[in-house]
Amino acid sequence: MTTMKQKTFAGGLHPPDSKKYSAHKPIERCPLPDELIIPAAQHIGAPAEICVAVGERVKKGQVIAVAKGFVSVPIHASTSGEVIAVEPRLHPMGRPLPSVVIKPDGADQWDETLKGNDPEQLDAATLKNLIRDAGIVGLGGATFPAHVKLSPPQDKAIDTLILNGVECEPFLTADHRLMLEEAERIIDGIKILCKVLAVDKAIIGIEANKPDAIEYLRKECAPHQIQVQSLKVQYPQGAEKQLIDACTGRQVPSGGLPMDCGIVVQNVGTAAAISDAIRLGRPLVERITTITGPAVVEAKNLLIAIGTPLSHLVAQCGGLNGEPAKIIMGGPMMGQTQLSLEVPAIRGTSGLLIFREEDLPQMKAGPCIRCGRCISVCPIHLQPTTIAAYARLELVDEAADYHALDCIECGCCTYICPATLPLVQSIRHIKGGILAKRRKL
Amino acid sequence: MLAAVLTIGGIGLVAAVALGIAAKKFAVEVDPRELAVLEVLPGANCGACGLPGCAGYAKGVVEGTIAANLCTPGGAESVEQIAHILGIEAVTADPKVAVVLCQGDNQKATAKYRYLGLDDCNAAQKIADGPKACPGGCLGLGSCERACPFGAIEMTPEGLAVISREKCTGCEKCVAACPRQVISMAPLDAMTHVLCNSHDKGAAVRKYCQIGCIACHICKKTAPEAYKVENFLAIVEYEHHLEAAAAIGKCPTKCIRDFSTGYPQGSSYPAPSVPVNRDSAA
Repeated sequence: MTTMKQKTFAGGLHPPDSKKYSAHKPIERCPLPDELIIPAAQHIGAPAEICVAVGERVKKGQVIAVAKGFVSVPIHASTSGEVIAVEPRLHPMGRPLPSVVIKPDGADQWDETLKGNDPEQLDAATLKNLIRDAGIVGLGGATFPAHVKLSPPQDKAIDTLILNGVECEPFLTADHRLMLEEAERIIDGIKILCKVLAVDKAIIGIEANKPDAIEYLRKECAPHQIQVQSLKVQYPQGAEKQLIDACTGRQVPSGGLPMDCGIVVQNVGTAAAISDAIRLGRPLVERITTITGPAVVEAKNLLIAIGTPLSHLVAQCGGLNGEPAKIIMGGPMMGQTQLSLEVPAIRGTSGLLIFREEDLPQMKAGPCIRCGRCISVCPIHLQPTTIAAYARLELVDEAADYHALDCIECGCCTYICPATLPLVQSIRHIKGGILAKRRKL
Repeated sequence: MLAAVLTIGGIGLVAAVALGIAAKKFAVEVDPRELAVLEVLPGANCGACGLPGCAGYAKGVVEGTIAANLCTPGGAESVEQIAHILGIEAVTADPKVAVVLCQGDNQKATAKYRYLGLDDCNAAQKIADGPKACPGGCLGLGSCERACPFGAIEMTPEGLAVISREKCTGCEKCVAACPRQVISMAPLDAMTHVLCNSHDKGAAVRKYCQIGCIACHICKKTAPEAYKVENFLAIVEYEHHLEAAAAIGKCPTKCIRDFSTGYPQGSSYPAPSVPVNRDSAA
């Protein structure tokens, strides 16, 4: 297959992938911590509403916060135990947000009312409801509720399902390990997704730096008519619109969604979680996370209970070899910097990266030298430097004319900028300004 | 040669006549009072009156659709002049000045994280509610300084905004630019202020700021009329501001400042003279 030209998109770049630290480490189950901190806000959309009180005993998989509205999902207890606090705790967003704190009882007992179903016996609407009730969100990191993506309006005909196994963020290997170790769950999830969307074409997109996963999934998928597409190693290959372009050649229109070109994209981890949700009746209470970075003694891929404090994950990896200077939840390109290791890992925590002072580049922002590198790497073909200049001057309408709202905040421009200008932050800032202005009008 | 001169000259003549007629025929009639009012306005187009610029305000005032005392930069002087032009009675608004209610610069207040991004307080505030551990303190990235149309704000070397009482005209542009509501409008003659904007409890404030209000109530006990303590923060009751100075020496964290003794540490502005009431000519 190496003779075939690898598919890709225009733009982007290739940062050192740094996956060698954890790519060969099999998934390990992380023991439960002394307390789990489970925030009510773990997805895009309205935060769930906490429905348990202090002192209540909960079973694993029991709903502890109910969904509020359509773009929302319920939150479940990640283990059995006692609710010891319902209070604001420091959230990965950087501020204290309402959370349920559970002291595990050690039994890790599932809620007996949760029953599995045979997906063959259920219709699409029922499957969709079960997916919502299981709290399934996009596990690539964006945590968009899966059932919303699976409910396109009547006039949008979907013909293709794309599974995102690209994992283009440097350092992260959680999806890679999942594809190598849990292929049957992924395939089962794909079949359920195909049934819900009434499509028969499914493509798994994987970056070419995971040849073992490509080969293995090709073998496993052969009997199921699921295509496995090898993609060029190029960031952000795993961004929804870039992945669609690379796999099918279709372009998502400006301001549009994948459904506008007949496609739904889900992460491979989401597919595996959907299989569990339907067949075993198990809601989303655990995920695979890569713990890595120069400050971590032994990089690992851990299967963690949602709500496990980051400090506990670090302890499972042999602790730190130095003072942490930068803690990133997610990948280095799009991840979110954390204030402390006391923050819990949540549904969107695809990775945890820890750097020491000496691992960080010495940044000193200078003036833009008009080299145009940000323009050549932008996968959306925007002019980051121009939009950033408008952002500095708060020229909202001009930034909107340059399609600032189409920016996917992948970080390519900031990464490549020789003047180390905070381009993505500037664009994100003005995007907020554009949306605020539109709300006002 | 002659043909060229005549052609150009002819075109010029025709155009001049046409313009002359147009100027007479399509002349826009402007109320002369409007021009007179515009003349006495400061011309900063700051927007403090709520209209986009001075011309719009002058028009509104002459038409009687907007009050004549809304130009804060112009102050009492402009109100009197406008009243004179329009033949109405002058009702001056109390002159106000903007005050940054914070002294926690980078030396005195601790940071939650190291901020390396865009030099803009509003952009920084979006990242985990700003780099300062204090939820109300000045972020020191100068958004108010850039918003001020009168150059009345400076940033100290340690990152604290200081507003000159002499240059400030009370247009409130800085108040709108600040994401943390740390800038407050106060009567111009009030010199004593509690320079803190944190509503956290004393123990929390002590952890992140050396110079924040810990709500110990000592100022309130010393000068009961001049202070109130709301939500763990002391505030000067400006009707009794003259009595407020009595508590300055008693404040354990030195967060009360009398501006007549000088601006917060790091400021290059000379201490303002007392009183600086620019409008009290009498």
